[in-house]
Amino acid sequence: MNLNYTAEQLAFSEEVKAFLKARLPETLSEKVRLRKSLSKADYELWHSILNEQGWLGGNWPKEYGGTGWDAVHRHIFEDELTRAGAPRIVPFGVAMLGPLLQAFGSDEQKKYYLPRILNGEDWWCQGYSEPGAGSDLASLKTTAVRDGDHYVVNGQKTWTTMGQYANKIFCLVRTSQTGKPQAGISFLLIDMETEGLTVRPIVLIDGTPEVNEVFFDNVRVPVENRVGEENKGWTYAKYLLTHERTNIAGVGIAVAELENLKRIARTEQYKGRPLIENPHFAAQLARIEIDLMAMSTTNLRMISEASAGAAPGAESSMLKIKGSILRQEIQSLTRSAVGVYAMPFIPEDAEAAHNDVPVGPDYANAVTGYYLNHRKLSIYGGSNEVQRGIISKAILKL
Amino acid sequence: MNFELSDERKMLQETLSRFLSDHYSNAVVNELNNTEHGFSHEIWAGMADLGIFGALFSEEHGGFGGEGFDIALVFEELGRVGAVDPVLDSVLLAGGLLAELGSDDQQAMLEPLLAGQTQWAFAHSEPNSRYELNRVQTTATLEGDHYVLSGHKALVVNAACADFMIVSARTSGDVSDHQGISLFLLPANLMAQGLQSYNLGTGGRACELSLDNIKVPADSLLGEINQAYDSIEKITACATVAVCAEAIGLMDAIKQLTIDYLKVRTQFGQPIGKFQVLQHRMADVLIEIEQAKSAVVNLAGHIDAERQEREKHVSATKNLVGLVAKLVVEESVQMHGGIGVTMEYELGHLVRRLTLVDHRFGDSTHHLERYIELAVA
Repeated sequence: MNLNYTAEQLAFSEEVKAFLKARLPETLSEKVRLRKSLSKADYELWHSILNEQGWLGGNWPKEYGGTGWDAVHRHIFEDELTRAGAPRIVPFGVAMLGPLLQAFGSDEQKKYYLPRILNGEDWWCQGYSEPGAGSDLASLKTTAVRDGDHYVVNGQKTWTTMGQYANKIFCLVRTSQTGKPQAGISFLLIDMETEGLTVRPIVLIDGTPEVNEVFFDNVRVPVENRVGEENKGWTYAKYLLTHERTNIAGVGIAVAELENLKRIARTEQYKGRPLIENPHFAAQLARIEIDLMAMSTTNLRMISEASAGAAPGAESSMLKIKGSILRQEIQSLTRSAVGVYAMPFIPEDAEAAHNDVPVGPDYANAVTGYYLNHRKLSIYGGSNEVQRGIISKAILKL
Repeated sequence: MNFELSDERKMLQETLSRFLSDHYSNAVVNELNNTEHGFSHEIWAGMADLGIFGALFSEEHGGFGGEGFDIALVFEELGRVGAVDPVLDSVLLAGGLLAELGSDDQQAMLEPLLAGQTQWAFAHSEPNSRYELNRVQTTATLEGDHYVLSGHKALVVNAACADFMIVSARTSGDVSDHQGISLFLLPANLMAQGLQSYNLGTGGRACELSLDNIKVPADSLLGEINQAYDSIEKITACATVAVCAEAIGLMDAIKQLTIDYLKVRTQFGQPIGKFQVLQHRMADVLIEIEQAKSAVVNLAGHIDAERQEREKHVSATKNLVGLVAKLVVEESVQMHGGIGVTMEYELGHLVRRLTLVDHRFGDSTHHLERYIELAVA
């Protein structure tokens, strides 16, 4: 048992640190620190900086323009990025569609789409969930019916994160009504400029239009935009859910959120002393930190097993549950820490208009919205109830 | 033992409940959030006409109630619809201080207040006071026949549309002394220059208030000089009844939405309420809501008790309600799934409001610590 990184891994972590120091724009890390929304241009800028360094495809093999890193290197990279307050890499193209195309796409699809993900020509969004198909994703109803060289797509997707920025959407659609629901699903790549496709933003509880509904009204999609075989789309989507998920626990971002909370608690005053010195507050903080230290090692243990080639089982479900609960507890305690200044709810444009006179401390404005918005952590990507079902199925085999 | 409401209170409850359900909806709430003052002056006048504000005061002060259970009843109904009107700040807090401390001349201002004709705000908390009622840094210095006010007041709810404000300031002693705090009753336009208005997550508006050497006549004092702390603590106890009762109304509304959703939302071929894991969690939520209701009854019944007993109940109830509020918010959103984190669905406003209950008059940790000091140590 060795809890330390090797000399080579340590050198790599230093290299990432130095890169971030030189190239991460302060305008971006400041927005991340204050929990402000990042614009499309912000994300594009950060992607282009990483791509220039050859590090955008952190989870891609070298032959496709990626880094070829193993799970430990990817973990170190993601960890350093989060600690430095870098924007997250938008996952839909790089982390989700890229690996899926590499595994199941045709040569033409790989050749055309993969470079466009890295150089920013395409911004992908995900069309999985539907109003009636959330946790029970396989019950999805959006249909794709063959008509010559095209599929004609009709239906509705929802919770499409950053769909308003995207020019492409990858979708699970129903191509067969027979057999088990999972057996009639295909995976399509759809250009969002196509006639009949419309996007409507949904305003979330923090006031931001982060997600969208996407409507398909006789949208014609060329057959060559199907990935893999017809009716096998469920297998491809599921492959993604169990592989490529080193970051699912969100340890790096939990650590960054905890550091932020401690900074706030050192600044906030309570009974004439810094809040962090109050024993009741400190006890809650310590409880979270102790859990996080253990989860960080759980995460590394599982990454290390994955690097050694172990078949993934219910580990990603465990990491997702524990990680989401911990982050939500940190966010809740952060809200408590700012006291009465959790109450202002200031739209970002209004904030820009009055930025000469801030309301309360700058770190306080977004915490309530951030807390409420991140209840989604235990809902999306398979709710924690679904994840517990996966774990208990794997253990009990009933 | 009788936990039933009296006939008079039942009537009041029915009247208010009918009025609010006629005037409030999620669409109304979202619309009001875009108005200048964040609430509807028509709804306000309607409530005043029904005599709702009078229920919060005793006959001696021109009302017909004023007991803990009257306060609880009114605010529970307001909570049920997620009402955003500044009843707590304008009527209960400011009006309560006026009734308790006002001179004869000042008391005359109660009538238009109860009739809904004037708007009020109470400027007490400060950027570093957190939830301590005794921590007042703002100063009032006597210069001839005037006081000069200087300092910063945080989160003054309803200040932007207030006609009058009650402002606390230190006239003697150190920053955290209980002695030495005084109240001033002032026309709000005296302080118009120092107001910065903003939206609240609960709906409604608040202001930061900078007092930059504001000169006020010496007869603006409300109550005796240096002696305001006891009255502030007492009115905050009433406000705690109000905010906790409001939380109960919010919890009931959220509970109903969640139960309905568990019955109609179908996944895996059945209503999700058929899944035992959700049934048990819903059961736990219901148990805790009942606990919160009892805690509010405990507090409402001790609002006129002697100080130690009253404040013990303030902290016990605020601690418990804060914890249950967190549970109800988190579980109801989880059981709804994605729809629970949108503003288009009515749960959004209700959970925002319930979340922020813990940020007024002390959170559950503050009151745990205070309960230990009052009752355990």
